[in-house]
Amino acid sequence: MDRLKRRVEQFIALALVLDTLLTYIFLYLPIGVLVLYSFSASRYALVWGGFSLDAYRRLLTDPEIAPALVNSILVASSATAIATVLGTALALALERGRVRWHRGIEILSYLPIVIPEIVMAVGLLLFFAQAVRPLLSIGGLSVSPLPTVIVGHVAFSISYVMVVVRARLRDLDKSLEEAAFDLGATSWQVLRRVTLPLLAPAILSGALLAFTLSLDDFYVTYFSTTGGSGFKTLPLYLYALQGRAAIPPQMNAVATLMLFTSLTLIALALLFHHRIRRA
Amino acid sequence: MTLTRRLTALAMLSLIGLGACTGKQAPPELHLFIWANYIAPEVYQLFEQEFGVKVIEENFDSNETLRSKLQAGATGYDIIVPSDYTVEALIAQGLLAELDLSQIPNFQHISPRFRGLFYDPHNRYSIPYLWGTTGIGYNASKIETPPATWAELFDPARLERYSNRVSMLDDPRETIGAALKYLGYSVNSTDPHALEAAKNLLLAQKPYLARYDSETYDDFLLTGDLVIAHGWSGEFAKARLENPDIHYVIPREGGVIWADNLAIPKSSQRVDLAHKFIDFLLRPHINATIVNYLRYPSTNEAAQAYILPEILHDPALYPPEEIMEKLEWIRDIGDAIALYEAVWDEVKNR
Repeated sequence: MDRLKRRVEQFIALALVLDTLLTYIFLYLPIGVLVLYSFSASRYALVWGGFSLDAYRRLLTDPEIAPALVNSILVASSATAIATVLGTALALALERGRVRWHRGIEILSYLPIVIPEIVMAVGLLLFFAQAVRPLLSIGGLSVSPLPTVIVGHVAFSISYVMVVVRARLRDLDKSLEEAAFDLGATSWQVLRRVTLPLLAPAILSGALLAFTLSLDDFYVTYFSTTGGSGFKTLPLYLYALQGRAAIPPQMNAVATLMLFTSLTLIALALLFHHRIRRA
Repeated sequence: MTLTRRLTALAMLSLIGLGACTGKQAPPELHLFIWANYIAPEVYQLFEQEFGVKVIEENFDSNETLRSKLQAGATGYDIIVPSDYTVEALIAQGLLAELDLSQIPNFQHISPRFRGLFYDPHNRYSIPYLWGTTGIGYNASKIETPPATWAELFDPARLERYSNRVSMLDDPRETIGAALKYLGYSVNSTDPHALEAAKNLLLAQKPYLARYDSETYDDFLLTGDLVIAHGWSGEFAKARLENPDIHYVIPREGGVIWADNLAIPKSSQRVDLAHKFIDFLLRPHINATIVNYLRYPSTNEAAQAYILPEILHDPALYPPEEIMEKLEWIRDIGDAIALYEAVWDEVKNR
């Protein structure tokens, strides 16, 4: 009996190891192939043409990549900061506040998640070109791409932040806030000392989600520039690399560099986390 | 608490970033809205050096994207590069500026064949830049007999051999057009019976297709995932540099001919500079530099002296006269486009 039990346990352990192994292979093998092909000499991303660092050379000597990277980070961090504040406020209002037309606002705030991105993108372009530009031109100003793109990204990020924060808020024990009120705290103090600290993990994950979405975004960025600026984020830069057909090998190189950057960042974060825990 | 403080700091930082970016520098700029990778890079440098300006490029990946962006009110572009039937639509919507041909003396090099085309009969708004054809590309080492007819893509008996290694363009006008051509109709047919027949043909073809693909068919032809593909002449010519077994043929029923054009949007603020740029691109040796890089034929006769002989004498790129006569332009068919969209929806979704 005991032996059988041990056998079963051994089998389960083995199955788990195998499963983990397969999962990792499934996740990382394609990425491995991509990294390998970034060293190909071919003009095509999917063809092996012998070992070469050409793709990296072409990429790193391209004067457009640095501004694109800076734009991406600038847009993503600004949009994340604004969307996190607004999204958290919206979640608080919907969950804790007494809001008129509560239901309507709730439905509207889910819209950016539900509607196809391209529809939202073209809508933003119409808005900037037909409403904002004429208004600004009255004051002698013109539309510049960085603010419009940030506004576009904020517009869709708010919803994601709101959803994440609101889910956490709903699970939060209301009695903690009520206890603070009973002890004489003002609503501002309750928000700062009780609610926000408890929400911090959700706000952070909402912010991370917004940051990732913003960094990845193509359509909203593409249509939020009202034209003639040459403004490019990293995804727009990659789009410009592509010809009428054919994926150029620099794509693989960009992907590889991004992969190693994020791996380094994750490693650093883990290291940092451990240090803090130990201290 | 620290989180809020950090977020505030971030917000402040980004506001500063916004402020810094509103001021603009003053060297004259020329803004292009063009297909990605559609000019040899050194051409920009030559123009910038000669005219002391800066060229800034933005890209689109289909005529429909170009149109939707312009129609929604995007401005700031000085040069755009629409295809034939899109020029027709943009003229109709009043989005193009009239050209002053006296400022474009190199227009004289444009072949008479490409002057005054149907979409702009007096070249008042557009000048053809590069052109090409749509036909069949294939890997000769993986096919017994080279294809010569659209039947290769539509006859189930022949398709059987390439099952799941064939692709058609992901483009309603091109792909329904190819089916119409095989059936003996015009690629611009608006006859419901013809379109019904084309639909049935495409539905019968679909099980044999690997995919509908306008972007990566040349890549997959090179990797061997495809052996035969519906696509644009220049892409196969470029793929051939990588693998000499890649060939291109215009089926004997005829294929599609198209031209991309240089035009100036009405909203351009630098019309003079835009004219200079167009004239610059039409200089014979500049034009040849572009053709040698992109492997799409040029409309420029004087440029032929500088074009690589392997391009100039490639019958797949510069087809002989008897094939040229069988090529057909895709035209703007107005509201009848709804018929095509209905067929396309049904074919793609079934």
